[in-house]
Amino acid sequence: MELKSKIPEGPLAEKWTRHKFGLKLVNPSNKRKYDIIVVGTGLAGASAAASLAELGYNVTALCFQDSPRRAHSIAAQGGINAAKNYQNDGDSVFRLFYDTIKGGDYRSREGNVHRLAEVSVNIIDQCVAQGVPFAREYGGLLANRSFGGAQVSRTFYARGQTGQQLLLGAYSALSRQVANGKVKLLTRTEMLDLVVEDGKTRGIVTRNLITGKIESHSAHAVLLCTGGYGNVFYLSTNAMGSNVTAAWRAHKHGALMANPCFTQIHPTCIPVKGDYQSKLTLMSESLRNDGRVWVPKTKELANQIRKGERKPTDLKEDERDYYLERRYPSFGNLVPRDVASRNAKAVCDEGRGVSKTGLAVYLDFADAINRDGRKTIEAKYGNLFEMYEKIVDNNPYETPMMIYPAVHYTMGGLWVDYNLMTTVPGLYALGEANFSDHGANRLGASALMQGLADGYFVIPYTVGDYLATIGPADKLPVTAPAFREAEQRVTTVIEKMLAIKGTKPVDDFHRELGLIMWDYCGMSRTAEGLTKARGLIKDLKAEFWSNVRITGESEELNQSLEAASRVADFIELGALMIEDALNRDESCGGHFREEYQTPDGEALRDDADFAYVAAWEYQGDNQPEKLNKETLEFENVKLTQRSYK
Amino acid sequence: MQPLRRTDYDFTTAVADHLQFLYKMKVNLKVWRQKNNNTAGKLVEYGLDNISPDMSFLEMFDVLNGELTRKGEEPVAFDHDCREGICGMCSMYINGRAHGPQTGATTCQLHMRSFSDGDTIVVEPWRARAFPVLKDLMVDRSAFDRVIQSGGYVSVNTGSAPDANEIAIPRSVSDEAMDAAQCIGCGACVAACKNASAMLFVAAKVSHMAVLPQGKAESTLRAERMVAQMDAEGFGACSFTGACSVECPKSISLDHIARMNREYLGAKLTSENMQG
Ligand SMILES: Cc1cc2nc3c(=O)[nH]c(=O)nc-3n(C[C@H](O)[C@H](O)[C@H](O)COP(=O)(O)OP(=O)(O)OC[C@H]3O[C@@H](n4cnc5c(N)ncnc54)[C@H](O)[C@@H]3O)c2cc1C
Ligand code: SF4
Ligand code: FES
Repeated sequence: MELKSKIPEGPLAEKWTRHKFGLKLVNPSNKRKYDIIVVGTGLAGASAAASLAELGYNVTALCFQDSPRRAHSIAAQGGINAAKNYQNDGDSVFRLFYDTIKGGDYRSREGNVHRLAEVSVNIIDQCVAQGVPFAREYGGLLANRSFGGAQVSRTFYARGQTGQQLLLGAYSALSRQVANGKVKLLTRTEMLDLVVEDGKTRGIVTRNLITGKIESHSAHAVLLCTGGYGNVFYLSTNAMGSNVTAAWRAHKHGALMANPCFTQIHPTCIPVKGDYQSKLTLMSESLRNDGRVWVPKTKELANQIRKGERKPTDLKEDERDYYLERRYPSFGNLVPRDVASRNAKAVCDEGRGVSKTGLAVYLDFADAINRDGRKTIEAKYGNLFEMYEKIVDNNPYETPMMIYPAVHYTMGGLWVDYNLMTTVPGLYALGEANFSDHGANRLGASALMQGLADGYFVIPYTVGDYLATIGPADKLPVTAPAFREAEQRVTTVIEKMLAIKGTKPVDDFHRELGLIMWDYCGMSRTAEGLTKARGLIKDLKAEFWSNVRITGESEELNQSLEAASRVADFIELGALMIEDALNRDESCGGHFREEYQTPDGEALRDDADFAYVAAWEYQGDNQPEKLNKETLEFENVKLTQRSYK
Repeated sequence: MQPLRRTDYDFTTAVADHLQFLYKMKVNLKVWRQKNNNTAGKLVEYGLDNISPDMSFLEMFDVLNGELTRKGEEPVAFDHDCREGICGMCSMYINGRAHGPQTGATTCQLHMRSFSDGDTIVVEPWRARAFPVLKDLMVDRSAFDRVIQSGGYVSVNTGSAPDANEIAIPRSVSDEAMDAAQCIGCGACVAACKNASAMLFVAAKVSHMAVLPQGKAESTLRAERMVAQMDAEGFGACSFTGACSVECPKSISLDHIARMNREYLGAKLTSENMQG
């Protein structure tokens, strides 16, 4: 398949402006003749649905939760980047662009990333106008902070609840359009299939999660804003319901999956406590601005701590190893996420980890409290400290926090062109569900930016180009055979699952999948481990389809059925992630192949052979997928070895 | 017990021993079971004896559901998603209190260490006319969405916003807005109120928007519409007892209700805004 990225010609800074001018427009009075389905109401979906409805399109928006306001975006804590340069500290659109490309280890598209940096400034304006209560200085102007990996202060935030406030802003705009009758809202509704006919997207099939009813919805275009697939690891910082189902089912209809193995492991999460653990909690990365990361200098000391013979506060300065400050003198504790995570794993693998499990490092605020006073630290991080204490039952003002990396974000996702269209005409992917802007590693505070950029400022322009091309008549009624067949497909799979009546609950399969992925396709990977994982997943899939136990019926509210259908897709996605990780014989960003590292243990890229997007094409059940490559062109940045020394 | 990890780091056994030692709490659960909205429900007893005090309350339910599934019984349906106190999805009425015994926390933030070995714990859904039970512990809170749709927004279209720093907003004002805006829409205030009033939820949104210059213009209209919708949904009247604020996981203050009544609802609900 030939991948046309449709990145416009011309100088970087003019590409988006030129492109917008070149796009076809839908006449204002014609917009109401077009129907658009928006799957997902997180930042990407809610902003898209509201903006498209404001333009006059008929929108149907759906989510699996009981309200659009509960999308996983609500949980983002730290902040959102924008190149406003309000602090006069040297930020600019180009710098944000540059940082994002470099932070992504040169595996993203220049054109997309520059556009993202450009529209970032409009996002903040929009959110403030909606009433988002961003943090402010005493003078009344907006406050900023610097955030993981950035050397300028460009992050806007609302206490530790930035995602919540941004989502509530988008949700309010969406609610206004529901009231105006321009958005039809379907909650507790899950998309289970895509309908494609004559090479165009025609609509979707859903399951009503209360009644179990399978229903069809027809539209001219479908936008998948369904978030990331981090839950393939079972334990992650994602919400319990976050899943890959919509994207995966679209993949089976020809939408390519790009760089699926690019996963972000966040360095500052609360460590795992037990096998009953159901999810992991992130401690905002902003903590690294003031907290110092360390482990005991020796294995023996670490052992004493694990056994409870000594307390961390007993350890003298020369018994501690502030390993990030030692290895990266200029960035110190603020190195990018992938680097911080890998280093935490390395010191724990050496046996110097703390906590009973040995899978934790310290994040220590003692110096910051001595320097700035407890009040200041409380004002900055009070709610995070409280959250930590609630979970761990330990007071971080008095003893260092314990943290460990956890799966957090997926850079990979559905392949999209510059217009955010997938390889299926009329099917778009926005937000974390697409692969487009973060390369092999995402910078902190850039996902919120990307979700809102896609929804507020990109899709309202680009979707019109497609709609104007096909015309309002080019739509299938829900009574068309294509919809009947899709409903039948969905029903058949559900019946097949319910008929297994095995012995093992769905969660057990999910946990096992997670362990395989974490061990072999997590923070560091080897060809040997991945090959082994390939076999393990194959077995797991076979066992799932012969031994899963789902109670209840399909025509009712049935949470174990919902979970089973998501886990089935995760297993298949896991297999593809492993193939992708095996194929990429280099290390870059979050993808660390142990075979490819510099003498001092940093990721070693291979630009000559791997400066491409790996876009996988589905070939049928249990068939190896076909690899398509989109070569990445760099005209404005020089590819260098990332160095944070 | 399953191993913590598939590969064998040397601490695995040590951890397993440690955990085994911790899994010792017993609890006696009485859980509301109701097949759907058309059938009657009842409390059903379940005993668990392998609970760790470090488990979250919902993880304890995961354990219960795992056991029920293995026995071929239907697991307990309950709402949850983020499991970190921000999405507002979890909603259990535990021993007579919305979100359980811990103040300033949601159900998902509650840990078993808040209970004692051998405790009996009664778990019910939110009870309110406007929140019909869907199944077991799940209720329908879409009434809250409709209340927001009636006016909980600033009327601004995408692309029409002025520069974000054009209007300076004193920090005290933006802090006040943020205090109100933290509401997670969980409905505990309704569940805690003897009248099942949604006044705290409504007032939080009205306050959040009204104190900010961006939201001022529509503030009276917004308050009137939202209160009218609240009434239409079947939420009860507010008698200002304050139970809502006590049980609110985000500690939303009663002051917001007072402000809304004073500043925005002085005008009668029959003002010209409300016609049509
Ligand atoms: C704990 C945490 C903290 C974070 N902090 C930050 C931060 O500080 N800054 C930052 O920039 N980023 C942060 N991120 C990342 C960021 O929050 C996410 O990448 C982003 O919010 C994703 O938004 P989205 O709109 O793409 O998807 P989501 O918000 O995940 O929304 C997905 C939507 O799709 C719906 N959906 C999914 N599947 C289906 C289906 N099959 N049928 C129907 N509906 C479906 C869901 O109901 C939901 O409405 C954080 C992430 C986590 C986990
Ligand atoms: S006011 Fe408090 S209790 Fe009521 S919905 Fe909001 S957060 Fe929940
Ligand atoms: S599950 Fe999200 S608040 Fe409890």
